[in-house]
Amino acid sequence: MAELSSHPDEVKVVSKRFGKGAADIEQYLKLDGYKAVQKALTMSSDDIINEVKTSNLRGRGGAGFPTGMKWSFVPKESAKAKYILVNGDESEPGTCKDRPILEHDPHAVIEGVIIAGLAVGAKVGFVYIRGEYRYLVDIMRKAIADAYAKGFLGKNIFGSGKDFDVRWHTGAGAYEVGEESALMESLEGKRGIPRIRPPFPAVVGLWGGPTVINNVETLASVPHIILMGGQKFADFGPPKNGGTRLFCLSGHISKPGVYELPLGYPLKKMIYEVGGGIPNGRKLKAVVPGGSSTFVLTAEEAEQMNMDFDSFGKRGEFLGSGGVVILDDQTCMVKFALRVMKFYQHESCGWCIPCREGTDWLKKTLTRFHNGGGLRKDIDNIKYLAQNMLGRTFCPLGDAAAIPTMSIVDKWRSEFEAHLEGRPCPFDPSAKITELPVVGAH
Amino acid sequence: MVISDKLDKFFDEKMKEYPTKRGFLVPMLLYTQDELGYLSDEAIAHLAKKTELTELEVRNVISYYSLLHTKPMGKYHVQVCTNISCMLRGGEEILEHCKSKLGIGHKQTTADGTFSLEEVECIGACSWAPAVQVNYDFHENLTNDKMDAVLEGYRKKR
Repeated sequence: MAELSSHPDEVKVVSKRFGKGAADIEQYLKLDGYKAVQKALTMSSDDIINEVKTSNLRGRGGAGFPTGMKWSFVPKESAKAKYILVNGDESEPGTCKDRPILEHDPHAVIEGVIIAGLAVGAKVGFVYIRGEYRYLVDIMRKAIADAYAKGFLGKNIFGSGKDFDVRWHTGAGAYEVGEESALMESLEGKRGIPRIRPPFPAVVGLWGGPTVINNVETLASVPHIILMGGQKFADFGPPKNGGTRLFCLSGHISKPGVYELPLGYPLKKMIYEVGGGIPNGRKLKAVVPGGSSTFVLTAEEAEQMNMDFDSFGKRGEFLGSGGVVILDDQTCMVKFALRVMKFYQHESCGWCIPCREGTDWLKKTLTRFHNGGGLRKDIDNIKYLAQNMLGRTFCPLGDAAAIPTMSIVDKWRSEFEAHLEGRPCPFDPSAKITELPVVGAH
Repeated sequence: MVISDKLDKFFDEKMKEYPTKRGFLVPMLLYTQDELGYLSDEAIAHLAKKTELTELEVRNVISYYSLLHTKPMGKYHVQVCTNISCMLRGGEEILEHCKSKLGIGHKQTTADGTFSLEEVECIGACSWAPAVQVNYDFHENLTNDKMDAVLEGYRKKR
């Protein structure tokens, strides 16, 4: 069970039912449950989309694409069935926010799916939950069954004359399936190999039909937007960055936890006030702002950043998934880069050569480097390999591996230099990553 | 029957929700593994027949997903996360501790078949790190002592 945290600065919208037993449908109904979908049933599809556009809701999976705009790309008429697909394959390292939503408020996700369906004219939604989250699959299965029993799903929902079905589905262990096209492949019963775009899923998606793919948190925000009005939701955050967001604080922080804060919240306050600062009398060295795929920030940069999409966008960087990982001054950045690369190498599906070869060579080089076998020319070579993955793959896994690596080499070059010429890791002389023999310094 | 009638009927019902026979394949593989402990040759043949795929096509899917195994694992599969958030809070030490406690390494099984061990990637417990999953159960905010208690609990359940 995901432990709950709280802080006075939190603005509880998506998390307002956490800890209140709302996974039970009767309790959910007492907490304004299923009111949003009933309101949406009285609205036209354009009105729903416009309300979501007004809210400035942007994709909470990490890409931050405007949700209302995504919905508006779905063609009104389609010979093939349209689908809503909920992305609950949460596996971006550092990210654990969809877990409390699915655990404490599964009906909000179901409501969000129905409302998305009403907006784009789909009659079926799939909730895809990663295989590791079995207890959440079970919670969702029960929630869906309870909603059917009440007549909220199935034929003629709420006596509206409209039909809507929600299906549950589970993965079986694959980070890459969190990418939308790989997610569709997996839901179709295949390996999660990404698809080339265009065509985009809004036009050609699941089984060739127009498909809206949204993150769990994105869809869980939608019922609140419908009930409170898009403008009120938008006003929580800065312009074009509507609402609140679940931020997962982890790593070297006194009070790790999932906190719902308005977009645009200062990262410095998030670390020192919400998170209680860095433990053990140490100092901040680096921050991963939104999952391991994002550009790593130095302490100086982190203390100036606001946590919204555009504050990062104007630097050419990404806010990411809400997974804020804090690194203290005793962390070896070479080792950190290696662990990140080990992950991407493990998760690369091998479909695109730059990612398959790039992650493997980078892992090998970083392993050798961390073990004291690094050569001066390797430092630039690491960057060169990373740059050659960027933008050269079907899905963003290659970019996700390249981005943190490049930023670590750029910002902590001196730490790479400290590992040169057979010197042991300055932070951990007994470093045990021994998958490759150490190559002597030439 | 390779899998229980109950599970097979459950699959039949769920398969109707998809426009193609193979739509529910990935969950079917996982639920079959839960029942049998691993995906045996017979189970693969059964699911291939059910989904009108070749066995090779089914194996092709299996090899993509890290939770799926074609060899028996321990009754309690101990999955230690060492990804970034867990690593920063001692995930690697927990892994080393499990290795010495269980006397097995990554992807190995104890001689009595009770435990197997695997170093895994992010399991979504970052704010409650370091964390371990034993089968599907999460164990969070671990220390070596807490890990001992977790293992002992499963050993007694055996």
